Amino acid sequence: MAMSARSSLPRTVAVHVALITYTLIALFPVFVIVINSMKSRKAIFREPLALPGPGTFDLVGFQTVLSQGNFPLYFGNSLIVTVASLAIVLVFGAMAAFALSEYRWRGNLLMGLYLAIGIMIPIRLGTVAILKGMAAVGLTNTLTSLVLVYSAQGLPLAIFILSEFMRTVSDDLKNAGRIDGLSEYRIFFTLVVPLIRPAMATVAVFTMIPIWNDLWFPLILAPSEATKTVTLGAQTFIGQYVTNWNAVLASLSLAILPVLVLYLVFSRQLIRGITSGAVK
Amino acid sequence: MGSLTLNNLTKSFGKTEVIKGVDLEVRDGEFCVFVGPSGCGKSTLLRMIAGLEDVSSGDVMIDAARVTQLPPSKREIAMVFQSYALYPHLKVRDNMGLAMKRAGASKPQVEAAVDEAARMLSLEPLLDRRPAELSGGQRQRVAIGRAIVRRPKLFLFDEPLSNLDAALRVATRIEIARLHHELKATMIYVTHDQVEAMTLADRIVVLDGGRVAQVGAPMELYNDPANTFVAGFIGSPQMNFLKAGAIGLQGETVGIRPEHLEISKETGEIPGTISHIEHLGGETNIYIHTEPHGLLTVRLFGEHHFEIDAPVYLTPDPARRFHFDAAGDRMR
Repeated sequence: MAMSARSSLPRTVAVHVALITYTLIALFPVFVIVINSMKSRKAIFREPLALPGPGTFDLVGFQTVLSQGNFPLYFGNSLIVTVASLAIVLVFGAMAAFALSEYRWRGNLLMGLYLAIGIMIPIRLGTVAILKGMAAVGLTNTLTSLVLVYSAQGLPLAIFILSEFMRTVSDDLKNAGRIDGLSEYRIFFTLVVPLIRPAMATVAVFTMIPIWNDLWFPLILAPSEATKTVTLGAQTFIGQYVTNWNAVLASLSLAILPVLVLYLVFSRQLIRGITSGAVK
Repeated sequence: MGSLTLNNLTKSFGKTEVIKGVDLEVRDGEFCVFVGPSGCGKSTLLRMIAGLEDVSSGDVMIDAARVTQLPPSKREIAMVFQSYALYPHLKVRDNMGLAMKRAGASKPQVEAAVDEAARMLSLEPLLDRRPAELSGGQRQRVAIGRAIVRRPKLFLFDEPLSNLDAALRVATRIEIARLHHELKATMIYVTHDQVEAMTLADRIVVLDGGRVAQVGAPMELYNDPANTFVAGFIGSPQMNFLKAGAIGLQGETVGIRPEHLEISKETGEIPGTISHIEHLGGETNIYIHTEPHGLLTVRLFGEHHFEIDAPVYLTPDPARRFHFDAAGDRMR
């Protein structure tokens, strides 16, 4: 192995040890959920950290989840809400970021600050007002209400991150487009967005995960059977006196899958990197 | 066709005025170079002509038609940028044809125009590549080709050679000069490099702090500078400025070009010691420390040998002296 100044053996080892430790810590809860979801109820309580073996392997949790309750529906709801919110956050977030970084107009700074406030104040503080508002316009127990709330929740950070990246896109490129007669929308969609795709992917991942995992707003705004999301659906197995842990763990294991798929989709974009060659 | 008139053009960013009233007339077919140090407003002025920057007051006229309020694409101009600014997602062919396509030209028309421009710049083998697959010099030629395709009234160049290495810069400079000759188009070219300005321009506009310091043909500026700024900016090595009082001459400052200072080991008007020598082969530049004028430059042609720290005497050629007053303006 070639040894350069930047990759000495002790250094490489130290980096890997740190990263592997972190990976283990991060993956441990997921690992426990997944292995226990495939064990019998007794085995879960007796030896929670043991791998499912011949005597303890049991798919009763998954059977319960798939036969009882409306899990395909819950999955569908979660997907609709996540994808719709994500689309809104990305499209409008990027457009607002473009406006903030590209155009000089009176109130530009003020608007930027106003949008940044959303990063600092948690949206849950407004839960009561949001619920009142939704009730007033008759949106309780609809997926629309969730999409609206999540869009509002995701936009500030998306705008903040994307406008920083927008500033790095070459002015010359945008100006060349203007001289060639491209509309501002064409410049935005065909020149700017492809160049900041990695940033969009990052924002997508950060926006998507809290939405998918959220329990609070589905519980408050849309708890009806037809609009339950996966995380809320899993709660039906948690009772005040008896909790069906097999089913809870199985539903949580299943809930990991779609988010994993979405993450893989975006991380490929992330790795693909900036299309080079536009500017020096 | 393409003449350009600027009428008392100004530009402010907030309270800072960057262009302070520029009047200029560029004739049809002229190669006009805006030159000046960084921050003198030359790029801003070019962007105002292009319509990429709003005008605070005054007018931009192309072919006697007022275009101040028109968007860039309606001004019939083309621009070549320092960073090339090619569209990364389009092939060279489409990069070059985009503007015509947007303007509503038919497909055969666009193809013919692209082929013609590619022929002029020998870009044919590159037409189906993407910008990422081209070298810096090739990218800049494509950018120039993209400008030619439109047959604009006005070509605008914004420091197009700054990102190229020295050899390519000379080659591309010659190519631009040849294009100007072939197309007979009006070109406006921004640069901070006075060599580019001198070699390319029919007329040079020297800008200083948002104002026009002087306008004229390269040799006019060289032989007849209006003020110390132009005198110091045009010509390399820079003109020497002597304190007029110390050598008994009129005015505040006396300018003398390095090639018009005679150097002698025995006798002369200004005594000094040699502090540095640059041997360039074709010429030799000698830097001499004098009192009270500071460091003066003497430019000799051919090879010459002097000792560092040796005492020497300098004599300015009386016929080639420029006299400037306290404000830096030329006294005639």
